[in-house]
Amino acid sequence: MLDVSRIDVAYGPAQILRDLSFSVRAGEILCLLGRNGAGKTTTMKAIMGLLPLLSGDIRLDGRSIGALPAHHVPRAGIGYIPQGRRLFTELSVAQNLEIGLMARGSGPEVLEDVLTLFPRLRERLQQRAETLSGGEQQMLATARALCLQPKVLLLDEPTEGLQPSMIEAIREVITVMRDRGVAILLVEQRVDAVLSVADRVCFIENGQNLETLDAATLRQDHAILERHLGV
Amino acid sequence: MEIGPYLLLASLEGAVTAAVLALTAVGLSLVFGVMRVVNVAHGEFFMLGAVLAWWISSQVAGHPSLGFAVALLVVPLLVGGLAALADMTILKRISYDPERTIVATIGILYIIQQVTLMTYGPDARPVEPPFNTRLAIPWFEFVEGKPRIYWPWGLSTTTYKLGVIAAAALVLVGVWLLMARSKIGLIMRATQLDRDMALAFGIPVERVYALVFGLGAGLAALAAVLIVPIQQAHYLMGGDPLLLSFVVVIIGGLGSLPGTVVAAILIGLSDGIISVFFSPTLAKILATLLVALVLVFRPQGLFGVRRA
Repeated sequence: MLDVSRIDVAYGPAQILRDLSFSVRAGEILCLLGRNGAGKTTTMKAIMGLLPLLSGDIRLDGRSIGALPAHHVPRAGIGYIPQGRRLFTELSVAQNLEIGLMARGSGPEVLEDVLTLFPRLRERLQQRAETLSGGEQQMLATARALCLQPKVLLLDEPTEGLQPSMIEAIREVITVMRDRGVAILLVEQRVDAVLSVADRVCFIENGQNLETLDAATLRQDHAILERHLGV
Repeated sequence: MEIGPYLLLASLEGAVTAAVLALTAVGLSLVFGVMRVVNVAHGEFFMLGAVLAWWISSQVAGHPSLGFAVALLVVPLLVGGLAALADMTILKRISYDPERTIVATIGILYIIQQVTLMTYGPDARPVEPPFNTRLAIPWFEFVEGKPRIYWPWGLSTTTYKLGVIAAAALVLVGVWLLMARSKIGLIMRATQLDRDMALAFGIPVERVYALVFGLGAGLAALAAVLIVPIQQAHYLMGGDPLLLSFVVVIIGGLGSLPGTVVAAILIGLSDGIISVFFSPTLAKILATLLVALVLVFRPQGLFGVRRA
């Protein structure tokens, strides 16, 4: 579904990603795991076209999206839930969702479906996004991305700073989306959270691939984790 | 002599200034709010609006109100289109870098000003107002304990001046509806709040920027078309509106439209009143002093939100 092949990405003069490759299949959760500064968030920004590729390519369903202008990437079917949520804070919940719907011209039935997944948001449609609690904001960020009926979902630390019940709610929605055949790329710091949902895990270090393993293998052998992450 | 009627006259003059200033400053505020661009050429788009209004109304034969009506419709579109073009060819190329946009818009300022001088010339030229009936200003006095209306000798305003105030109010309501109620307004506000997330949700930010820059310049041009029957068109007339717009935008709070309108009314009225009773220069001095005070004691402006 989503193929990242041998990409190089830099912030100005500082090269962050070197020859990085991985692919996410439909109906699968791939987790990017690595230390702080390994280049996980940069990878997501590069996929969204917010950072230019120096070399390499990114393909969605076989079609190259690596050179598209940034605003065409979501229209191809990629939903982005960034770190720190990045909601349109002064806009209402409904307006945040409307921007998600506009991106690919989704109809009202999509909104209905999203609100069924997150009933808490339905009660708060007219509230400004910045007045929501942290967990509700994360729900809104997720719902906003789901509004464009994504084929691929990018989640950057979705459970950061949330209470356990919220983490559980977010996780449930992620699994629902996987079962619907969405390809999910997840960045997460907490190893236990990763192991409980991921299908495969891709380790990266200094912007390069280490290895990609089945989550089942990792669950059995914690030594691999210690080797790659030093935990 | 009573001071009341004179105060009323000065307030009316000030309200005209406030109306035109509000339009110009809202344009500047929109551009800064959405694009984070300090547009030093804003006053020249105002001047261009006035000069083009003179040119169009001198080309159209027939009743003066016909030429004025054509100018009112066409000039904001022309100037807005030119500004959008400047955005796409210049500001986009320098990636909206804050320092370089200031230098670039200074460049645009001189290009517009000097081209106008070379083509239109150094003269000040009037545009005939579409309607201009003299209205005496009424006041009241007490005769044997009862109030009675009378018309103090020599004090008057015109229907056109009242028309300018009404037209500006109408346009401001339109801008507010556009920003608060329309889809394009929602897209502009989303772009203003988080440019990268706007891109990540399919908003063509570059096109939004061109539109906003054009809209800002178009508002300045519209203000100039409204004022040119009172003030005359001249190639150096862009300086004062630029200074006062910055004053208003800073006092009102950068990027806050309601704040901009309130500050425009405050500055416009005080400018009118101080100009009538003392001198226009004193009015500018006090306005600039007020900016300094606001910057020291409330840097985010009266209505601005302090960003974390």
